[in-house]
Amino acid sequence: MGKIVITKEKELLLRKKIREHKQKSGPLMPSLHDAQEIFGCIPLEVQKIISEELKISVSKINGVVTFYSRFSLEPKGKHVIGVCLGTACYVKGSQAVLDEICNTLQIKVGETTKDELFSVEATRCVGACGLAPVFTIDGKVYGHATVQSAAKELRRIIDWETGTHEN
Amino acid sequence: MSTVKIWIDNQEMEVPSSYTILDAANDADIYIPRLCFLKDISETSACRLCVVEIEGLNTLKNSCTVKVWDGMKVHTHTKRVNDTVRNNLKLLAANHHFECWVCHREDNCELLELLRRYNVPNTMGENPTFSKKTHYRNISKSLTIDTSKCVLCGRCVSACNYYTGLGILDFNQRGFDTYVAPANNDFIDDAGCIYCGKCIQACPVGALSATSDEDLVIDYLNNDDYYVIAQIAPAVRAALGEEFGNPIGTNVEGKIYRALKKIGFDDITDVNFAADVTIMEEGTELIERIQAHLQGKEAHLPMFTSCSPGWIRYIERYYPEYLPNVSSTKSPQQIQGALIKHIYADMINVPKEKIKVVSFMPCIAKKDEADREEMKDEGVRDVDAVLTTRELARIIKRFGLNFNNLKDYKPESPLATYTGAGAIFGTTGGVMEAALRTVKVFLDKEDEHTIDFTEVRGKDAIKEADLVLNGKTYKIAVVHGAKNFPEMFRRIKENPNKYIFIEFMGCEGGCINGGGQPIVSSRDRETIDVCQLRAKALYTIDAENKIRRSHENPNVVSLYQNYLEKPGSHLAHKLLHTTYSKKEVFGKK
Repeated sequence: MGKIVITKEKELLLRKKIREHKQKSGPLMPSLHDAQEIFGCIPLEVQKIISEELKISVSKINGVVTFYSRFSLEPKGKHVIGVCLGTACYVKGSQAVLDEICNTLQIKVGETTKDELFSVEATRCVGACGLAPVFTIDGKVYGHATVQSAAKELRRIIDWETGTHEN
Repeated sequence: MSTVKIWIDNQEMEVPSSYTILDAANDADIYIPRLCFLKDISETSACRLCVVEIEGLNTLKNSCTVKVWDGMKVHTHTKRVNDTVRNNLKLLAANHHFECWVCHREDNCELLELLRRYNVPNTMGENPTFSKKTHYRNISKSLTIDTSKCVLCGRCVSACNYYTGLGILDFNQRGFDTYVAPANNDFIDDAGCIYCGKCIQACPVGALSATSDEDLVIDYLNNDDYYVIAQIAPAVRAALGEEFGNPIGTNVEGKIYRALKKIGFDDITDVNFAADVTIMEEGTELIERIQAHLQGKEAHLPMFTSCSPGWIRYIERYYPEYLPNVSSTKSPQQIQGALIKHIYADMINVPKEKIKVVSFMPCIAKKDEADREEMKDEGVRDVDAVLTTRELARIIKRFGLNFNNLKDYKPESPLATYTGAGAIFGTTGGVMEAALRTVKVFLDKEDEHTIDFTEVRGKDAIKEADLVLNGKTYKIAVVHGAKNFPEMFRRIKENPNKYIFIEFMGCEGGCINGGGQPIVSSRDRETIDVCQLRAKALYTIDAENKIRRSHENPNVVSLYQNYLEKPGSHLAHKLLHTTYSKKEVFGKK
């Protein structure tokens, strides 16, 4: 798994943001959002910085980080693929779509490929039940998904990344 | 105080309006089951076992957090309540790893007690299609976390915060994946834990335990090549009896000696002796520092005591800048071990390689302390194995002894003699009081009568007192319970020259309430002042002892005459003193 580098500038930026949040009540959540944005993930080293600033124990912070799926402990890939496993999508067969994507990329849910290009997540309802089943790639929603359509979209990005695409 | 009238199971009662239903039921002696509830510490209503039916409400309510109101009619044992409790217990059982016969909570597991009381069949847990949770183990020298037994009540999480203010344990992940551990299940030894063991005592089941060395000790005993020497800590005798049904605060010292002899220890000694030696070394160190200070030299005052390994772990991690202030004297356990291996071995003519020192401690941090690199001399450990009071009880049970019928015994070893000062080491203020008794005589030749320093006794979080030496008044302080340490440091920082001597103990109440002591059920904790009862046992030993000052212990005197010359001598420094160093939290990567 790729390790993140905590540069001095990024650390100072985070500390500055946390100190702003500290003025208001409930500073942990906004601090975590900033940390996720600045570093792309919130590993223990980053949690230690937040712990120092907010005087909240690392264990408590880690509990919150691992509770919300928005936060991650390890860096996510360049492309984040989410397959909705909400009720509507699930009954319409989104599990098969998820399995297809995991098989193609040779990773499990929540993991990132070795080349750090793709992360796969099982998401909750994305609010597009009318289009069920849906999956998302980098925030864009693809509706009425089938195993074939997901495979095709995925192939398109892989080709693009590996430079074998034809324009 | 306003009161309200309520009915519980048709019993009319008048209770304060600030009460919860559970408080009212407790007062009226009406039993309501509970698992996650620890008065004042954990009131999270997570287990859903204390549910009751309230007339006029559709759903069952948890009695531990719902406040009473006027005219409330509560039913605690209707069929609906019983069925719900039973179902909830079934769900808890389904994910619990049952190995009760090897579990240290075999005799006082709160889950097992409830499963028995509600006659719960483990149909779900024994169904092979039931998917089990992922389990984690996190094992250090002192503490074992085994989430396969965890019921996610959160009592340890609350207790960790409440007693230490450090918040080492917390919930990780969510939903089905939730488990309790340090952040990210990082190695507990590295997570800043001080091993006070309050989590173990809060746990209703055996998910948290002291890492057991019972089998290692039994191996020592069965090996004829080894000469196995036991040493028991002051606080053990005040608590072990509880494991065999005696009231809290029963002194069972004589029975422990007899039990150890029957189990097969070759020699039995008492840490109280080493406590007396500690006072000689620590007292001398304090006097040296005061004199250096009076001469205007850098003396690192106030001096801090060093007996509590939980406290040592704390300062090494959270206030390393104050490490020079800590007395370099080893803790009594390590002093006894060093004396046995390097001096006593010659006295009894046994090569030190053949000696195994086993200590019985009220503490789990002692296991970690005995394993420290600083506590080895040329690879020879001062102490080879450390068992807690609970483990001692288990060993006595494993050997099939009828503890309560044992006749008292007094070991003959000179290392088992002690003064009243050594006995009170096990309670908060005890080390301070013992030190003052000796230091005062050493410095203030006229003062031969002061023995009781009652101002350092008792359960106030931080106790301060004046100490008059040669007409000059100094301030001393006693602090216990890790959560109070930051306040103590705040006072030191505010007024750096105010104090000369401070006693720190990691556990609230001192060793008598240590993490290795017998577990008091969550219901007894609400009504009984455990610390006070156990402390009383130690103060009684002290009061009944003819010799009550450490330096008057005849065997301590001859130890110095024959071997160590004087406190702080070269040999004493080599054997009885140690060093400390700054430690990183979550530092290993």
